[in-house]
Amino acid sequence: MIPYIVRRLAAGAGLALVITLIVYLLIGTSFEDVARTILGQSATPEATAALLEARGWDRPILVQYVEWLAAALQGDFGASVYTSLPVLPEVLSRLAVTLSLIVPALLITATLSIVLGVWAASRGGVVDRIAQGVSVFGYIIPGLLLAIGLVVLFGVQLGWLPATGYTRFGDDPAGWARSITIPVIVLVVGGVANMSAQVRGRMVDELRRDYVRTLRTRGVSSRSIVLKHALRNAGSPALTVMSLEFINMFGAALIIENVFALPGFGNYAFNATLQGDIPVMLGISTFGVVLVTVVNLATDIANGWLNPKARVH
Amino acid sequence: MWQKILRDPQAATTLSILAVVFVLGALAPLIAPHGPNDADLGMVNAPVGTPGYPLGADESGRDILSRLLHSVNTAAVSALIGTSVAVAVGVTAGLVGGYFNRVTQSLTEWLFALLMTLPGVLLLVILMPVTGGDYRATMFIFGFLLAPGIYRIVRNLVLAVKNELYVDAARVSGLGTFRILGRHVLSIVRGPIIIAAAFMAGTAIVTQSGLAFLGVGSLEIPSFGAMISSGFRNLYIAPTQFLWPSLLLGVITASLVLLGNALRDTLEGSKPKPVKVGSGQRVVATTHVPDDEAPEALLTIRDLGIAYPGVSGELNEVVRGVNLSIAQGEVLGLVGESGSGKSQTAFSTLGVLPPEAVITSGSIRFQDREMLGLNDQQLAGVRGREIAYIPQEPMSNLDPSFRVGAQLVEGVRAATGTSKADARERVLALLDRCGISDPERTYDSYPHEISGGMAQRVLIAGAVASRPKLLIADEPTTALDVTVQAEILDLLRDLLEELDMAVLLVTHNFGLVADICDRVAVMKTGEIVEVGDTESIFAAPRHEYTRMLLDSILDEDTVRTDPPTTVEGATS
Repeated sequence: MIPYIVRRLAAGAGLALVITLIVYLLIGTSFEDVARTILGQSATPEATAALLEARGWDRPILVQYVEWLAAALQGDFGASVYTSLPVLPEVLSRLAVTLSLIVPALLITATLSIVLGVWAASRGGVVDRIAQGVSVFGYIIPGLLLAIGLVVLFGVQLGWLPATGYTRFGDDPAGWARSITIPVIVLVVGGVANMSAQVRGRMVDELRRDYVRTLRTRGVSSRSIVLKHALRNAGSPALTVMSLEFINMFGAALIIENVFALPGFGNYAFNATLQGDIPVMLGISTFGVVLVTVVNLATDIANGWLNPKARVH
Repeated sequence: MWQKILRDPQAATTLSILAVVFVLGALAPLIAPHGPNDADLGMVNAPVGTPGYPLGADESGRDILSRLLHSVNTAAVSALIGTSVAVAVGVTAGLVGGYFNRVTQSLTEWLFALLMTLPGVLLLVILMPVTGGDYRATMFIFGFLLAPGIYRIVRNLVLAVKNELYVDAARVSGLGTFRILGRHVLSIVRGPIIIAAAFMAGTAIVTQSGLAFLGVGSLEIPSFGAMISSGFRNLYIAPTQFLWPSLLLGVITASLVLLGNALRDTLEGSKPKPVKVGSGQRVVATTHVPDDEAPEALLTIRDLGIAYPGVSGELNEVVRGVNLSIAQGEVLGLVGESGSGKSQTAFSTLGVLPPEAVITSGSIRFQDREMLGLNDQQLAGVRGREIAYIPQEPMSNLDPSFRVGAQLVEGVRAATGTSKADARERVLALLDRCGISDPERTYDSYPHEISGGMAQRVLIAGAVASRPKLLIADEPTTALDVTVQAEILDLLRDLLEELDMAVLLVTHNFGLVADICDRVAVMKTGEIVEVGDTESIFAAPRHEYTRMLLDSILDEDTVRTDPPTTVEGATS
């Protein structure tokens, strides 16, 4: 088990290495633009060259990358070229904002999807049609429109919830809950649309398997067949859907953070990219890859727990 | 295929809506009153209905209707680029990944698994320096992110047909296998790709709008996202500015999703619909049997009819007018070819016919109680306790996620209500009795850790655990190796003597019948054609079909004529 985890984390680190190198090669050519942005439109070529030299940006890109890497391995991710704020604490605090949005959204999505999917698959008829209707509804409404619609309705018209902005959990838990309510609803609607349909489909398949028939002939209750046997077997593919949903939300949060003016990871990445803020982009890429690796690893370990055949030794 | 699609009302409606919207978009340069970026400062935030500006003008004085029409084009181009790239990449990679050697296979698999785990929008934003913000370049990259869905469809199909095609392809000289494979796969995969394309087009449009909303890309490009963003800023001044692009974007994406759903239904056929679990078999008519008929029998089946609905809802009978009776302790063989309805008869007795099946007539009485029309709860005291079942395929009949012992204990407790410790003891004793050399170890094993023969012993132990009066065995040895068959047969024979059970033995193996059956019923295309003592059937078969079956055992002995069904869940 431990060697397996180490191997997977090493693979994740390798991936982070490759991706940051690609990012460096892609953006490393635009240092001059960055220098001119810092100095302003009226900068002379001499001043620009001086800045490039002062920051070490005139050296070969690979040399710069290796230097960055050496520092990063010791926990020093550099500072923003514009604000001079160190990257590491900023990335972590931004990540905390986004995760405080995604984790509740994902938990609610998973709970609702399992309840809805299992209910639809084990009841059929009207219940099933309602569940499918919910799923189609979530699919056909673009998250962006839902987000704006809910802001207009609850934030502006009714004034029940803050339309924009973020309150830290540590500062005011109730305020935090209020500030993430609408964004979480938007993420949940999209997530449930996808995941409940998947859970339902897997459950319908499982309930038709041979072992279910055999369990029935032994007098095992319907309750146990649905909630214990079929659900456990449907659980492992559902978990994979959940991990993809997490990553999907991680991407979708970018737009949501923009609509609700939340100081999240996506927002940070977006602004850094617009400005070509290289240290920030590298920090973001690194932590993005680390997060995705950890989520996938956790999914595989949980899958092994649910599905004995996929268990790692 | 297209006719079929157009006949579906949902597909036809959504297709028409999309056609109208996109044709209007294509005609935008001709019909739009203004250019998409023509700004008239005198018209800033002009209200709806201003002459020349039917939907008003935005914060820069640009005509909203004209911008809407041009935005439709941007959406169409986004959908086209994203979907084409996804299909091209997915199909190519699917063919390559499915066809070539193991290294290539795992490499493509790894690459696409990686692609799937990338947070899409975030990646597109980070890649802005590469695309220069051009939405066409962005959608080109997005196509790669959409490709895994198509890749999966194609690869699975290639893996499925690869081996059978090898044989044929080897004979065809001149044409390479890869080309044959490509053509063959593409002809099958067309349907699923069209369905996926509808959903992908929607995703591409929504993603492009999202990026434009954020301000990625040129401000010169009219798009729903840019219009929504400007409307959002102007929400308090002119709320309708936000409404129009949202409405049109909503209509387009909703149409694409609903079109995709409709295509899935028409092209892939309806998926199995869920039914209420434990609600019992569907019975449309039963036959009343007076109590004085065959009172001495343990199980009496009278005039049983079972049917399945066909494509257009009509019922096709697979079992007709079946009469059977089994006395206490009697072993009845039910023989016939695959598809003759013998398994259906067995399932109906257990109350576990598939949900589509309909019982069209008859009566099944067990110990003087009518069994038809009972639901799982009403059958709880009977199943497992009085009637038990040994299935055909040992592996697929064990729940892969639970240890063998836990599954059996649950069955024993459900049937008899004993304590957990008692049930465990009984199961261990039974595993030992059923010839398992290390019962403790098997008890703690998962199904995939034991052999097929062992699994069948486990299932037999599970069936006889509560000393049932009637055992229904559905081809209990057919899925096993010949040597294991003999061992299982010995076990069954011993258990029958020991426990004095009545048995309904479904089989097509006359060797098995001669060995343990008291009586034989021969079934052909849903009907019983001959019933009699085993000896007299073997000595003087009256029906021609029986003679044919008897003759065939001389040629084939115990070898099955039909391929065994695959063990479900073994590979997943």
